[in-house]
Amino acid sequence: MSRILAVDDSSSMRQMVAFTLSSAGFDVVEAPDGAVALALAQKEKFGLVLADVNMPNMDGISLVRALRSLPEYKFTPLLMLTTESGPEKKQEGKAAGATGWLVKPFNPEQLLNTVKRVLG
Amino acid sequence: MSIDLAQFHRTFFEECFEGIDLMERDLLRMGGGPGGETVNAVFRAAHSIKGGAATFGFAAIASFTHHMETLLDQMRSGTRAISDPAVDLLLRATDALRSLLAAARDGEPLDTARVAGAQAALEAFLGAADAPESTAVAVPAVEQAYLIRFVPAPDLFRSGNDPLLILRELATLGTLETRLDLDTAPAFAECDAESCHMAWSLRLLSSHSRAELQEVFAWVEGSCELDIRLESAAAPPAAVATTGPAVHAVAAPTPRPGEHTVGDGGSIRVGTDKIDALMNLVGELIITQAMLAQLAGALDPVLNEKLLAGLSQLDRNTRLLQEAVMSTRMLPIDSVFSRFPRLVRDLAAKLGKQVRLTTVGESTELDKSVIEKISDPLNHLVRNSLDHGIESPEARSAAGKDAVGTVTLKAAHQGDNILVEVCDDGRGLDRARILAKAREQGIACTDAMSDAEVWQLIFAPGFSTADRVTDVSGRGVGMDVVKKNIAALGGSVELHSSAGRGSRTVIRLPLTLAILDGMSVGVSGEIFILPLSAVIESLQPQAEQVKRVVHQGTVVRVRNEYLPLVDLRQWFGLSGKSRPLHEAIAVIVESEGRKLALQVDELVGQQQVVIKSLEANYRRIRGVSGATILGDGRVSLILDVGAIVRLFSQAQAA
Repeated sequence: MSRILAVDDSSSMRQMVAFTLSSAGFDVVEAPDGAVALALAQKEKFGLVLADVNMPNMDGISLVRALRSLPEYKFTPLLMLTTESGPEKKQEGKAAGATGWLVKPFNPEQLLNTVKRVLG
Repeated sequence: MSIDLAQFHRTFFEECFEGIDLMERDLLRMGGGPGGETVNAVFRAAHSIKGGAATFGFAAIASFTHHMETLLDQMRSGTRAISDPAVDLLLRATDALRSLLAAARDGEPLDTARVAGAQAALEAFLGAADAPESTAVAVPAVEQAYLIRFVPAPDLFRSGNDPLLILRELATLGTLETRLDLDTAPAFAECDAESCHMAWSLRLLSSHSRAELQEVFAWVEGSCELDIRLESAAAPPAAVATTGPAVHAVAAPTPRPGEHTVGDGGSIRVGTDKIDALMNLVGELIITQAMLAQLAGALDPVLNEKLLAGLSQLDRNTRLLQEAVMSTRMLPIDSVFSRFPRLVRDLAAKLGKQVRLTTVGESTELDKSVIEKISDPLNHLVRNSLDHGIESPEARSAAGKDAVGTVTLKAAHQGDNILVEVCDDGRGLDRARILAKAREQGIACTDAMSDAEVWQLIFAPGFSTADRVTDVSGRGVGMDVVKKNIAALGGSVELHSSAGRGSRTVIRLPLTLAILDGMSVGVSGEIFILPLSAVIESLQPQAEQVKRVVHQGTVVRVRNEYLPLVDLRQWFGLSGKSRPLHEAIAVIVESEGRKLALQVDELVGQQQVVIKSLEANYRRIRGVSGATILGDGRVSLILDVGAIVRLFSQAQAA
């Protein structure tokens, strides 16, 4: 099973996401911002990318856009972790090529359900 | 699955406090000017705290931060100006947020008045238009039959979505009947495996609302045709033609084999006790290494060539290991400097002065334990500069100076020392006034004292030149405490001043508290260690260089300067007879601007020594700052040059 890339500038959020997913048997790699995530994703093909929207050094939307333009990530699920409940960020993310989103705050269960949903 | 979120709390709090520090620093930087990236950074910090707080179950923090975030969002999008009142309000809010977090972390009682005040002020400022978002509550409903027509756009796969996964999700809401509709599909030969050519007609028996059904399709909204209606109200379902096997384009390419990259390092948080333990072990290793080096000195270099080569490699690696471990304890001094913009801003306002703070060398790294202890002394010096140094804007203008005073914090490496300076361009120290005050307070002094010696009077216990006690500084428990704190770190303080032009306080600190570059000297068969940083030179005095002066003991003339000579043998009451001076060695040391010659029998060498606390293992001894273990296993005392200089001049004055 390919690995999951969790991108968030908040280390507590990253820890929570990584711990939840690895407890469920997924293999998770963490990145603190979009630029690091993009570099990692170019080295290894991840099966799913979970990205926070607001981050320094390349935000989540730019990350999604950059990933979607890579041939390896043409069909890969890319999820945004967003606190914006308004439609603008979601639409912006969709336009950049995001598969979907998970609205913060979410609990470990919601996270796991969403991840299982996209990974089938 | 149940996961205890409490395990992430520590990280969450740490990052919140870091975020608050960052917000505070950047808010101070924003002051009026256009925000740009700075306001974005503050917004991001608030946003992260809010997100984390909501996730980890701190509702009060989340709702408080939500208001800050809203205001910051307006500021970064330009709908609200970055004004001083707004910045002040946000600064006030960061204080409140800090106490909210501390209360949540430590279970301390909360300063509710401050938090409520800040929250009310924020709400008032935002015009109360920012009501918290409400979430719709689903009303339980009876089971109904929905008819759903779902026609994905051909490019649906390209967003990483998969119609089958959506149908699977839908099936969890009730009983789903699916019918695949391939009418829209082109001839097989023309099928593009990357495009979606399928459509579905679905019938779902479910007690969920239509909105909940729509939610399942939320991610593909805009990338599909979707029609959801109740069967009872519906027109006959659209004609469904052939039912064929589901053809599912395989989308995700398989990962390339053999590529298994590990995430880039990043950082981990380690408890300081672990690093301290590591440092301690390195110290023991250095002692062992010194012991081996000493034993090896007695070996025949030809017969033991390989062993000696190995030992010299051990020496090199020990040093590298020591440096590496030390570097893990190092933090940039910025973590201290960054507290000052706020302090200076608040103080200047309180004193009615205009002050600009500049910092130089923020990235200079210091041992963590030094960083923690340097903060209070610096705080004191900066307060002094603002209170006593910088003049009122009127006085400055009258003196032809810029009405805005400047206080500069500087940090730099100098050899094995770190220099931290607090400079101001204020009125400088007043020699006459200091002498007058010193006399008034019964501190020994003469008019013949050099400037440097006069400035040292300020460090006398109880000394204060302030005519009145202000709540900013000048309660008379000032500079002596600063000096004591710095001395406890193995450092020294020097004052420089120029009347009308300003003053400069230089703090000299060792790089680390655990290891010292020392000069070992022999007295009566004992070895003592002098900190190399205090040693200026050593010489063998000629008979004509040495003079006895009435009431002042022996002095030695070095480069036209008469320096008091202290015989360490007498000083420590050691046995044996002192050698005649011209056979002994005088080591010239300096502390706090005063020089002294120490008489010793011989110079043994220079070496790094691991400082062991004498206080923790025995008791405090005046003139001795610690002890170390020599290569041969003997214990050697490390001399406190500052204390010896001080004790000596007290003995003279008495």
